[in-house]
Amino acid sequence: MALPMLATDNWYDIRDLANLTNPLLDFVGDNISSELAYILGPLIGFIASFLIFVLPSQLYVGVYGERKLIGRIQSRLGPNRVGPFGLIQPIADAIKLMQKEALTPKLGDPIIMNLAPIIFVAPAVLLFAVIPFGPNMIVANVNVGLLYFLAVSSLPVLAAFMAGWGSNNKYSLFGAMRIVAMSISYEVPLVLALLGVALFTDSLSLQGMVLWQKEWDIWVGFLMPIAFVIYFICVSAELNRTPTDIAEAESEIVAGYLTEYSGMKWGLFYGMDIGYALAASAFAATVFLGGWSMFGLDKFIPPWLLLVVKTHLFYMLFIWTRGTLPRLRIDQLMAFAWKFMLPVALANLLLVATERMLWVDAFDSKQAMLYVFMIVNIAAAVGIVYVWARFLGYDPDSQPTKARLVKEAGGYVPVGREVR
Amino acid sequence: MTDTIKSEPFVLNIGPQHPSTHGVFRIKATVDGEKVIDAEMVMGYLHRSMEKLAEERTYIQNIPFTDRTDYLSSMSNNLGYCLAVEKLAGIDVPDRGNAIRVIMAEFQRLASHCMAVGAFTNDTGAWQTPVMWCFREREKILDLFEMTCGARLTCNYMRIGGVAFDLPASFVPAARKLVQTLPGFIDEMESLLVANEIFIVRTRGVGVLTPEMATNASLSGPMLRGSGIAWDLRKADSYCGYDKYDFEIPIGYRGDSYDRFLVRLEEMRQSVKIIKQALDGLPGGPHSTQVPLALRPPKGEAYARVEGPRGELGYYVVSDEGPSPHRFHIRPPSFINLSALKEMTVGGSVADAIVVLGSIDIVVGEIDR
Repeated sequence: MALPMLATDNWYDIRDLANLTNPLLDFVGDNISSELAYILGPLIGFIASFLIFVLPSQLYVGVYGERKLIGRIQSRLGPNRVGPFGLIQPIADAIKLMQKEALTPKLGDPIIMNLAPIIFVAPAVLLFAVIPFGPNMIVANVNVGLLYFLAVSSLPVLAAFMAGWGSNNKYSLFGAMRIVAMSISYEVPLVLALLGVALFTDSLSLQGMVLWQKEWDIWVGFLMPIAFVIYFICVSAELNRTPTDIAEAESEIVAGYLTEYSGMKWGLFYGMDIGYALAASAFAATVFLGGWSMFGLDKFIPPWLLLVVKTHLFYMLFIWTRGTLPRLRIDQLMAFAWKFMLPVALANLLLVATERMLWVDAFDSKQAMLYVFMIVNIAAAVGIVYVWARFLGYDPDSQPTKARLVKEAGGYVPVGREVR
Repeated sequence: MTDTIKSEPFVLNIGPQHPSTHGVFRIKATVDGEKVIDAEMVMGYLHRSMEKLAEERTYIQNIPFTDRTDYLSSMSNNLGYCLAVEKLAGIDVPDRGNAIRVIMAEFQRLASHCMAVGAFTNDTGAWQTPVMWCFREREKILDLFEMTCGARLTCNYMRIGGVAFDLPASFVPAARKLVQTLPGFIDEMESLLVANEIFIVRTRGVGVLTPEMATNASLSGPMLRGSGIAWDLRKADSYCGYDKYDFEIPIGYRGDSYDRFLVRLEEMRQSVKIIKQALDGLPGGPHSTQVPLALRPPKGEAYARVEGPRGELGYYVVSDEGPSPHRFHIRPPSFINLSALKEMTVGGSVADAIVVLGSIDIVVGEIDR
């Protein structure tokens, strides 16, 4: 497929940063043997995307922004001591972590324990390879980008389990068991939700999905609200964000699989947790929120900037839920995945598949029909969720929300026999 | 296949250093996977031998000790001890002293319940937001205490025969302003948590105490009222003129953690109601009766109890006509409330055990004394 060239080829056209990196890559390709260039090219891409996007986002949206925003939610100020508005705080934190001693417990398994942070970091960097930042700005435009993303994003579970096992701590083991059980459960509805997207956009490549959304001027997030919500819930479960952070549940199992980690070994886990959250946000922005396209605005605004802004806005959702919601218990979490999300995801898949068939066969791929489907799907989302929740016995009005009041002290007062 | 995989229960030490034990307290939980099959409480890490120390100090010197038993409700502890000594020595308290005591005890209940509700929601996993909101309101109450007696946490404000100082002139307007805003804060907490689906599933049916269990374990306070038993010493055995005030006893439905949370929220509303009435009807006159510094009460014994934020807070004092008590004993409500912990946690999961412990609202300084 020919990519629509929005920006010019001039190196100073910042609407496409590939203008800057392409000459560099060409130079590498011309002067170095092809085997080496094959390695060096992606390496430059990784470093570029890491330095331009991942690291600043981690430090300033992930650490600083999260602490500041959570601080405001909790009616306090957040970091404001180091530098102007506390802006140097993340760097100060990093320096502090590097100075700290990285302990390994005497009875722990040092090999497994020290290997775990490394295994945890590598996939977080790899994930950004398939995210398209612009028409030409993509490190590896593989045509199975969706599968690649899902496969690589499952790897950190292994590292978390290694961390929990190698620490030889009961709390760590609890955290490790919980994260493995939870991740496996939440992969299922996640993949089913994304299957609908792949079905409708007729592509497994993330660039292809963005181009489809650009071509039809509609965001998949609006077209398939159920898939979007399921993606958000599942991904927050896999990332250990608060409503589902049972693997690191601070009030229950201290810090889960991270209990025995200290210093930069812990810092790698912490930093890369944010890295995964950013990758998941970038993925959500790409698949559900139009990626680098924005209803024609991408001609004027640099597309990579659009994606970065969408990513950070999606990341704000994680911070918001973290600041407000209590945590579920593991059995409730598993029940939610299997009893609620899986049937809803299946219903969504059925709906989307039917619409796709109708759209292509009966409506001749009309643009207007997509908007009709959008309205139908939003209504269906509310309907399906409501019906299935009622079927599972959810009844919001059955809960008393106020204590009973009695005037006189006495013995036991049965329900309904209050003397007012 | 199942023959080759062996699994056995193991002991999980929840505490003494653990984010959710609210101090140095330890549960030796035997767990089978996530399920708790046995729980043993280990306490005494904070034992300071207060009851023995009190036998060496004069009656007035003992008041600061009572601050440090339940450090989240020092006013109520002061009050309980002073009532016991007054009963022993037959001292009357002037009306104004009583009214100030009521105001302070109810503010203390509000501050303590702020802490209880906040820490409990923190235990359910609401990552510090409710607890920070609660701290924000608690600070305002502690500011009032500071204005009155100079201390925020360990107030040492009540005296035998009244209170240490009269209220400062700026106290009543500041207190009025605060009680205007507090109901809004309680509504805010309610809107954040009461109808929150995750909060409900985490606390509904967790740590259920039937009325029989609650009375057999001689529980008191919100633990007892959560089980549906209308028992409040302010009404049942009135002191400090509580019978003059119009308020109601909140009780729960099923006796689970959620009910105890609801009861605490509603008690905060009732406290605000009492403070409003007390501020409106604040009488003039002296704030304290003159009591000799070296008080030597007649031979005998006295037990006085108040409805502290955590339940029946009792002080038992025996006098042998000496300058210091012959025997001094505290009935700490959270120590006795804790005795039902095993019944409530066994059979649930580890996560439930934490929620149950949070719903008891223990203060370890009081348990270990």
